[in-house]
Amino acid sequence: MAQRAIREYDGKALFSKHWKKYFDGFSYSFKSVLVSSGDELKKIAQKHGFEWLNQEPLVVKPDMLFGKRGKNGLVLFKDKKPGDVSLEVAASWIDEKISVPTVLLSGQHGTLTHFIVEPFTPHSGEQEYYISATTVGEDDVLYMSTEGGMEVEDGWEEKVTEVVIPINMQDANIDHLVHANAPADLPEDKREAFVSFAIDFFRFYRDLNFAYLEINPLVMLDNNEMAILDLVARLDDTAGYLMVDSWGKMEYPTAFGMEDQSDEEKAIAEADARSGASLKLTILNPMGRIWTMVAGGGASVVYADTIADLSGNVSDLANYGEYSGGPTTDETKFYADTIFDLMTRFKDPKGKGKILIIGGAIANFTDVAKTFTGIIQSLEEYAQKLKNVGTKIYVRRGGPNYKKGLKDIKEAADRLGLYMEVYGPETHVTDIVRMSLENGE
Amino acid sequence: MSRLFTRDTQAIFWNNNKSAIQRMLDYDYTISREKPSIAAIVAPTSGAKFEKFFYGNDEIMIPLYKSTPEATTEHPNADVLLNFGSFRTAYDVVMEAIKLDGQFKTIMVTAEGIPERRARIMNQAARDKGVTVIGPATVGAIAPGAFKIANIGGTIENIINSKLNRCGSCGLVTRSGGLFNEMSNIISINADGIAEGVAIGGDRFVGSVFIDNLLRMESNPDVKYMILLGEVGGVEEYKVIDAVKSGKITKPIISWCIGTIAKHFESGVQFGHAGASANADAETAEAKNKAMREAGFYVPDSFNDIPATIHRVYKDLLSKGVIQKIEEPKVRKISKTRKAKNFICTISDDRGEEATYCGIPISKVATPDTGYSLGDVMSLLWFKRRYPKWAVDFIETVLKTVADHGPAVSGAHNAKVTARAGKDVVSSLISGLLTIGPRFGGAIDGAAKYFKYGYDNNLSPKEFLSYMKNQGIPIPGIGHRIKSVRNPDLRISGLKKYVNEYFPSSPVLDYALEVEKLTTSKKDNLILNVDGTIGVLMVDMWKELGYDDDEIETFIEAGALNAFFILGRCIGFIGHILDEKRLNMPMYRHPWDDILYDVEEMEA
Repeated sequence: MAQRAIREYDGKALFSKHWKKYFDGFSYSFKSVLVSSGDELKKIAQKHGFEWLNQEPLVVKPDMLFGKRGKNGLVLFKDKKPGDVSLEVAASWIDEKISVPTVLLSGQHGTLTHFIVEPFTPHSGEQEYYISATTVGEDDVLYMSTEGGMEVEDGWEEKVTEVVIPINMQDANIDHLVHANAPADLPEDKREAFVSFAIDFFRFYRDLNFAYLEINPLVMLDNNEMAILDLVARLDDTAGYLMVDSWGKMEYPTAFGMEDQSDEEKAIAEADARSGASLKLTILNPMGRIWTMVAGGGASVVYADTIADLSGNVSDLANYGEYSGGPTTDETKFYADTIFDLMTRFKDPKGKGKILIIGGAIANFTDVAKTFTGIIQSLEEYAQKLKNVGTKIYVRRGGPNYKKGLKDIKEAADRLGLYMEVYGPETHVTDIVRMSLENGE
Repeated sequence: MSRLFTRDTQAIFWNNNKSAIQRMLDYDYTISREKPSIAAIVAPTSGAKFEKFFYGNDEIMIPLYKSTPEATTEHPNADVLLNFGSFRTAYDVVMEAIKLDGQFKTIMVTAEGIPERRARIMNQAARDKGVTVIGPATVGAIAPGAFKIANIGGTIENIINSKLNRCGSCGLVTRSGGLFNEMSNIISINADGIAEGVAIGGDRFVGSVFIDNLLRMESNPDVKYMILLGEVGGVEEYKVIDAVKSGKITKPIISWCIGTIAKHFESGVQFGHAGASANADAETAEAKNKAMREAGFYVPDSFNDIPATIHRVYKDLLSKGVIQKIEEPKVRKISKTRKAKNFICTISDDRGEEATYCGIPISKVATPDTGYSLGDVMSLLWFKRRYPKWAVDFIETVLKTVADHGPAVSGAHNAKVTARAGKDVVSSLISGLLTIGPRFGGAIDGAAKYFKYGYDNNLSPKEFLSYMKNQGIPIPGIGHRIKSVRNPDLRISGLKKYVNEYFPSSPVLDYALEVEKLTTSKKDNLILNVDGTIGVLMVDMWKELGYDDDEIETFIEAGALNAFFILGRCIGFIGHILDEKRLNMPMYRHPWDDILYDVEEMEA
């Protein structure tokens, strides 16, 4: 992964941390807190510096990367009328939301766990603006509009001005370009300030290695005071080593609804983080009939593609994942154990057997016989369970020492009484998928 | 540039990645390249001058440099940079290389996870200069039968199985390196192998994209048809479609985008590379496959049908005569039991009919009619090239000047005493030579080192004296027991006269003489002595012969200057030894009255 979303709260904290350097001439009072329960909110309200939580009306939103919170009815800004939400009301709203699962209009579902709480900012529609920046093709693009809020997304073409900024453009030219291309309908008294803010915004986006940064709406109050009412941000995490001081310790939450990873997926992710090799596992359908254990990133994709194409029923595909980059025998065995355990938990409801694809392209320099050692050890442990669910195993692999690898694994299968067919580079990489499906009919 | 690489292409390899370099050289040997594909290695932290590699069953040395500019100065024809720097350093390496105008045509970047903004800056800078960047995050590219980057293609066995040892007729472009291998294999089974292949890399921002590579292949006469293996995500495939529609590409294209699975799942499951996720409908693998099919590409129904499609297109081109049958070339085999050599010799060779000095048979340098003098032979064996006459004469002058200095100096004395003890010539000579060191004959090295330092750093004579004072040692090469300004050393006068007449210039000697003016103004006998004069003149000679500072300093540190003294003085020592033998002098015993005995008696 390269581009990773961060919480609205963390994005605003970055603005606040670097405000003086980038937005000199404007002011921003960073009044936001991130909480996971009503209790936590009340505790913070007692702390010095957070008196505003008791004194001002509040706004509460989930801060879990998903958008369209207003349309999903997940923005608390009124109790009886807009701008009257007290600390007490905010806290009990949060407690209510965390106690039940939430389903979004998009169908994503999960449990809310993080909320951003801020003061309610009274303002008029005229004070709302839109600004964002991202990369399109090889260029950066700055988007600006005099209309903010949800309205901007309807009629994007007419309402939004785009400025394409080439990667190698000098600062002076960027200033000039943004000046020349600012929205035509900017009110005269705000024009200078908005353009100046937009240029600052772009530099901030660029220098801090954001991949995407959007404020919507941006509210321009009197005396050059800015309010960032809503913010979406993605960072290029490959720049992390350059940004240690600028970013501080950054959290990259998983997408809403995706945080319910199974224990097995978590265990593989942890093993991946510890290892120099690459171990990935996503369970798509635990009841699925076809399980894959594929070496290599590209190969894992083509196996998944081919299974979906040829089986005609994507729910047959139980998992997606890869092991690559020279895992040790122990790591390979652990990965195989995890998959064999998962695939032997349930019998196929329609009484069909299971298919295990041990696949891979022609390795560059991974010793195939060595990596197969880990798989063979795991087969020995799970042989009975695999037979119980009627597993047929199809192996295809090439690369250094593949002949020995294929011979070893076939001998092990014969010894253990497992059904197995093995193929080398003379057989097309995904052809075992076709064979397995035709054989299974 | 219609071909990415030829059989003459040479690369500079950034980072001493021994296994990858060895694989390239094994490939070179297998396909019988004339020159190795690696001209030089940049290893910023290594102190070594070269690295040994196998070339077939023999070994060759590849020079090491500290920086890319240093390497390119010595290897101006190496126009490919293989950048194996990490994600932290790769960017700086590329930016530095691009600035070397006209040097590199192609730069390959292997690092995965270079910050996106840096990758974009680097890719743009390369594009502005017309440099092709392959990667980042790639295993590279190959022009079968000509040049192979690092690990692409896998083992030699796989390379031969996949017919990557000779030019075929397919132009292959993929993102993934793993599937590149697989595709090469499929193409060798179902067609006649590839003519040129590039894995463009898996990161979101890569230097050369599909269209760049396919346009080049369109103009490469070896390429008869092309295969594009795309991926879900991005819009690069559409640029290829546009090029086909506008007629810029006319050769047949077989194509497939992997990642059709993604349509079945909500975003959140990352299938494959960093660049591989669809942000819009047009970026899905489905949409791209459909668009390419509509544009007349050969698009199979699924990845599993690719072999059949390739076979059909190949057969068709074969029957039309676009493609001819290829005769398989001979493959050179590499022994599995090759062994690294413990010794290296770069000056002479005794394996042929006649032993050679730097490639010249001894009979071609030995007799007077060959025009080679002793100094010529020395310059060949000591410095691996024949010096011009003024330098050869100087070397001989030095040898003659230092050949002897009478029987009283420590070395001659030792040699004489040993000879009188009845020992043979070699033992006597060695006992004399063993006295040569910091106090006897060593001033040549020191003089060369310090006067060169003063001269190179533009120290005024005054500054030089205070610098030497800080070093806490007397200036080597300055001062004589007897000789002085008023009583000059005629050996030095002779040397100076020769230098004035024959050296093109002698700036370090001139500098030393300025220093001498200052020292002799303090004390009359603080002259630049014969050791000092020889030392600085050697530096002048080497500077004039075009050696750079590093090389000259290496000579000094290796002891080459001292070697002139040792060699010259052997003549004198041997003379003294023979003199003793001739006179048949008895065993020497030093007289008691010449020794001060001052032994305290121990208490019993």
